[in-house]
Amino acid sequence: MIQNKPDEDDYWNNSKFKAFTFEDEDDEFSQLKESKRAVNSIFVADDDDEDDDDVEKVSWSGEPVGSITWSIRETASTNRMTGEERDYGFPKTETTAQIPSLPKQGSSYSLSSLFKGRSKLGNFQVLSDCIHWVPVGYRPGATNNPSVRSFAPELRKPKSEYKDYISDWSPEDTVRRMQKGKPYSLESFRSLKDKLLLLDEAVQVHDGNIITAVLIFLKRSLSKEILFRELVSRQIALQHFIHFLKEAGEQILLLELLKTLGRTEDMALLQYREHLNIQDEVQRKDFLKGCISLPFSVDDASHVQDHYTLLERQIIVEVNDKHLERAGQTEIFKKYPRKASILNMPIITTLYYSCFYHYGESEGMYSSPTNIKKTFKISDKQYLLAALGARAKLKAWKDVDTLFTTKNWLGYTKKKTPIGFHRVADILHKNNAPVQVLQEYVCLVDDMDLKLNLALKYKCHDVIIDTYKDMKDRHQLMLYRCKVDRSSPEERKIDDILSNTQIRWKN
Amino acid sequence: MVPMALNSRRDAPEPPDFSHLKRLARDQLIYLLEQLPGKKDLFIEADLMSPLDRIANVSTLKQHEVDKLYKLENKPIVSTCDQLCFLIRPRIHSVKWIADIVNTDKAAGRFRRYKIIFSPQKFYACETILEEQGIYGDVSCDEWEFYLLPLDDDLISLELPEFFRDYFLEGDQRWVSTAGKALHLLHSVYGPFSKVYGIGRCAKMTYETWREFVEDGEQRPRQPEVGNVFLIDRDVDFVTSLCSQVVYEGLVDDIFRIKCGCVEFGPEVTSSDKSLKVMLNSSDKVFSEIRNEHFSNVFGFLSQKAKSLQTAYDKRRGMDIQQMKMFVSQELKGLKQDHRLLSLHISACESIMKKKTKQDFQELLKTEHCLLEGFNIRESISYIEEHINRQVSLTESLRLLCLLSLTENGLIPKDYRSLKAQYLQSYGTEHLLTFANLRKLGLLVEQQPGDTITAMENKVGKLVTDKAVGKLTDAFNSLAKKSNFRALSKKLALIPEVDGEYDLCTPRDMAYIFSGAYVPLSCKLVEQVLDRGWTGLEEVTRLLNGNEFAVTAGGSGGEIKTKHDSQRIVFVMFLGGCTFSEISALRFLGRERGYKFIIVTTAITNSARLLESVLDSRV
Repeated sequence: MIQNKPDEDDYWNNSKFKAFTFEDEDDEFSQLKESKRAVNSIFVADDDDEDDDDVEKVSWSGEPVGSITWSIRETASTNRMTGEERDYGFPKTETTAQIPSLPKQGSSYSLSSLFKGRSKLGNFQVLSDCIHWVPVGYRPGATNNPSVRSFAPELRKPKSEYKDYISDWSPEDTVRRMQKGKPYSLESFRSLKDKLLLLDEAVQVHDGNIITAVLIFLKRSLSKEILFRELVSRQIALQHFIHFLKEAGEQILLLELLKTLGRTEDMALLQYREHLNIQDEVQRKDFLKGCISLPFSVDDASHVQDHYTLLERQIIVEVNDKHLERAGQTEIFKKYPRKASILNMPIITTLYYSCFYHYGESEGMYSSPTNIKKTFKISDKQYLLAALGARAKLKAWKDVDTLFTTKNWLGYTKKKTPIGFHRVADILHKNNAPVQVLQEYVCLVDDMDLKLNLALKYKCHDVIIDTYKDMKDRHQLMLYRCKVDRSSPEERKIDDILSNTQIRWKN
Repeated sequence: MVPMALNSRRDAPEPPDFSHLKRLARDQLIYLLEQLPGKKDLFIEADLMSPLDRIANVSTLKQHEVDKLYKLENKPIVSTCDQLCFLIRPRIHSVKWIADIVNTDKAAGRFRRYKIIFSPQKFYACETILEEQGIYGDVSCDEWEFYLLPLDDDLISLELPEFFRDYFLEGDQRWVSTAGKALHLLHSVYGPFSKVYGIGRCAKMTYETWREFVEDGEQRPRQPEVGNVFLIDRDVDFVTSLCSQVVYEGLVDDIFRIKCGCVEFGPEVTSSDKSLKVMLNSSDKVFSEIRNEHFSNVFGFLSQKAKSLQTAYDKRRGMDIQQMKMFVSQELKGLKQDHRLLSLHISACESIMKKKTKQDFQELLKTEHCLLEGFNIRESISYIEEHINRQVSLTESLRLLCLLSLTENGLIPKDYRSLKAQYLQSYGTEHLLTFANLRKLGLLVEQQPGDTITAMENKVGKLVTDKAVGKLTDAFNSLAKKSNFRALSKKLALIPEVDGEYDLCTPRDMAYIFSGAYVPLSCKLVEQVLDRGWTGLEEVTRLLNGNEFAVTAGGSGGEIKTKHDSQRIVFVMFLGGCTFSEISALRFLGRERGYKFIIVTTAITNSARLLESVLDSRV
């Protein structure tokens, strides 16, 4: 494939190019070679300027310049070289300026061109687009119309080279044509080198759409081993390929690719993701069982193990509870019918559920809170939050009380919590606990200001009054007296305190 | 009440008229519909319905022989029409669904004509589906180049929320040329631009793509309406997009979700049993005065407004018949309109207050501010932990985790492991996938011993050529990109030093959008670069992984008059989305410095949208 500049095919437009005679077969052959040579020479000259040495040079017929095949052909044609050779090496600027008569459309976004349906370049059939449909017998040079391209020299190539001249666009041209939605053909990119040049060019212009298009072509025309191998060193193309396979649902190929790349964790995650597509819980459970042995990171492996165990137990509990609920004999299910099934719920939700419906069951039961806590290594704090929420919802205040009660070695009871009593109060409040229950926990808040704020927020009058008393703040107490109901117990309490002569008020 | 510029030296110029863009899109759609003459049913992708609503209405479609309108859903169709037209985003699954319809018809021996209109462009991968399904040629394809939707005087959206996930998470550059084309469209109609600044890999690619388009096109000398452009990748600044919004418009977006410039207020706001859709833009006089305000100022404004409304109504007293007639014909309608809007925004505020009080917003903000400033980290972590344990919204917990990771340059392994485990227990094990995605994005990572990455590079480097190593390094960088937030914050003074209270009524800098706690990094960069280019910001760009550029239009030479108004109109294009808070900050900056910012974004985003887009747990 020729590494020419974007507009260099315009070379053929040049009217200085001599027409062929088509009489002498031999002659024709040699002249074809010459034209090939000419194009190659343009390319070589170009190269010096551009210093584009990271791309391998490839000749017209797809052979790398300097390869054996190429040099054999070169030798064959040098004999016939004439002095005309120099004429072919037009400077780029001259040749590109050959089509001034072609109406090049500027911005189609100017208001005058509002009614253009397609993109500015797309809806305008530039003549170069017609190249595919030019009849083979077309005689070049027969017309003087400068806007018609004379590209005939290739049209009479010998059969051996026939395959090449349907559309000999360079990777650059091809990619540009694809970007502009012009006709193009990828068929001529047959050697691995050409395919990769094409891919690299697509990456070069940053157009993801084109990168994917080329990858689809490579996927069809290369064995996956070769494609995967080449993608390893082409990260951007690789990302596009992975995304394409994901979107196209080509899971198996994607897994093979990830395996080749050694991205085992990605593989595991991708396979694990499939469980989301399985609706039936038993099938899902079986699938998750299979996932446990996938090459996850150590942490993730244990999470997936938990996921399996959880669903396994949820299925057992679900069957059992559904039955209990239908039978209508169990108080709790009668009073609080289940709103949803427990299947596929997170661990904490399952714990909450078991604290709600199965509180106090022995550890041997899959449905018991203690079993769940132990199986999934739930911290005391997390357990407490779930249990507190569930028991508060049921207004089982005694259970709530027990959650925080500890006995020391002397048998005295004390209230303790790992989450802070302000949190406890908050959760109770959110579960509409009565003031009597709330104030018991607000009292236990250590920080005086926080305690007062909470008491004010939850309207725990006793706590507020006692706190002001403890703070010896007569002023605040008097202010607060105005806020409580007339002749309420609170008012009486305040009056009692205010009239207590034992207290040394600070104000 | 609009934050007044302390020293407004000059007035910002008027923005150009962006309604052309709507007309352009509408006319092209009509043209495309006419390409399928006769009666046809139109299937529209859900995402395209709101944008379509902004530029056309049902009667426009009916005039062009659209018979019935359907939403594109993943189920069999019921249409009896002989012509079906599909208006879709270029997505593989949508095309597959259409292919199924066509093949079902074929199998049933039913003949229809089909047309797919891809917006804003088609992708080869979609056409491949048609080919593979054997219906290439049976279905005609077109492109509706609806790149830009003006949502307001100074806000233009590409309405491509998937840009974020596709580019930043999947590494797919399919929308890069779309962004380039959008920029080209703006350039063609409102340009030429004299200066283009940018930062980020995608910004650079977008610039290069755009430049190619310009080179291909014809340049006519024109008077520019917009002179400067600033392109920025969303991943340059994730922190800002993840903060709780506290300016009114941002807050409304966080709570009610503004969709395509329109919000739906539920019964709790409308105090009736119906929901109400309201357009939120500068033509709403009440809204336009409060949208950029810190929420704490909004009440004051609204009550003041209510008083002046009352005074205006009161004018009626003592009027004679003639005056009354004048009042009714000229003022009353406006007053009624104001009245309606006022009561609506007051109810919205009430509803916001209720919701925010319920979730202990104050404490949440305190934690966020601690994270931004970098103190009381242990306390913040236990706050987040509690959030998780109590199963507070899944995205909220994730948001805080990401903020923690971004501000701390990753979580220490012990914290990461424990928080992740608790998260999975609270919200479901399938969020393993979410964590993997967040790690890939660099949003939530574990701190690595510093040399791991370099060692990996060296190892791979020996295997491949130099150029490839560059590419690989990029890839690794995106995998383990450090946010360097703390260092950036210091360098750019993002945390204002305040003696006493930050005055939110008359803000002195952009930090007011976050209650004075933090100047949004993205907007700060815009400010700095417009002042003096990238010079002096070398350390900052290094911390941001480079990819900054500043290009001045060449060739046209003396044409550019820096004094010209257009030089003070600046397009700021966010690749991957921007938030209303950022827009408010830029509006503030514009008033301060006499710039008129036009925000161009791939989509309006906020923390919830951003995080939801990377969830994998929903199929």
